[in-house]
Amino acid sequence: MKYIEGFFRFWYDFIVGDDWRVAAGVVVALAVTAALARTSVPAWWIVPVVVVSLLSVSLWRAARGRG
Amino acid sequence: MSAVFLVLAAFLASTVEMVEALTIVLAVGLTRGWRSAMIGVAAALLALAAVVAGFGPALTLVPIDALRLLVGGLLLVFGVQWLRKAVLRASGYKALHDEDAIFQREAEEAALAGRTRGALDWYSFTLAFKGVFLEGLEVAFIVLTFGSTQGSIPLAAVGAAAAFVLVAGTGALVHRPLSRVPENSMKFAVGVMLTTFGTFWGVEGAGVSWPGSDLALLAILAFVLAISLGQVRMLRWLRARAAPVGEPAMAMAVEP
Repeated sequence: MKYIEGFFRFWYDFIVGDDWRVAAGVVVALAVTAALARTSVPAWWIVPVVVVSLLSVSLWRAARGRG
Repeated sequence: MSAVFLVLAAFLASTVEMVEALTIVLAVGLTRGWRSAMIGVAAALLALAAVVAGFGPALTLVPIDALRLLVGGLLLVFGVQWLRKAVLRASGYKALHDEDAIFQREAEEAALAGRTRGALDWYSFTLAFKGVFLEGLEVAFIVLTFGSTQGSIPLAAVGAAAAFVLVAGTGALVHRPLSRVPENSMKFAVGVMLTTFGTFWGVEGAGVSWPGSDLALLAILAFVLAISLGQVRMLRWLRARAAPVGEPAMAMAVEP
């Protein structure tokens, strides 16, 4: 059990890291992009804009000692 | 163009991880002897080869768009957190990664640890195995994800192999941690590249074409780099403003 927990802990720390909100935001942005891809609305800009916003908010929280 | 990016990103990311693994192996080998440490390294490399042999071919069976969406998303999540740490380090909010300090700490712990009777020093074996296997898993993750989405795992492996030859060769020659490698700058560059690739592949995998096709990679790279550098400047300014008069604003502890 300890090894299984350690295995998942490793991958969580490795991929998600210190701020899970960033991971959740990226998943939502990709889902919205995939949904808009089926329409005529241009969707290529969503992920870059969301990523930059998530990064900025996460950095701001870390700098303020809340991240 | 994307082939150059692919090799360069795999090379830089692998170099950073391999320098970290080398520091651990050197600390154990120099303080407790090389035999058990090298057996640990060999066992870790065999375990890594088994992981790559198992997952590598499986990835090539997944449809390319689904793979790009999944891997692009993973790379993006992974890349943004890497970039976040790099920006915090560059702006003084997080301690810089210092291989000399890590080597010192690992060597002190290795010297203090008890020895087991028998042919193999299990402390050395375990530490070397763990260091190489965990850092190696990160390299394998990067090579497999980069390579599979770009349709060329061998090309990504070339970047990782070049890093291995460079780091292992230099380590064998100097027998000291490679503290002169600009690791923090390289981590920043890798964070920018991972975020760029993750954005590009994630959006393509979601079924959207980029304006300008592959050239969009350059535009995303420039955008992510400009934003990241801007954030470093802004955070440095915030830190300087918050520091009391007479206290150095950029004082940084060494990261454990």
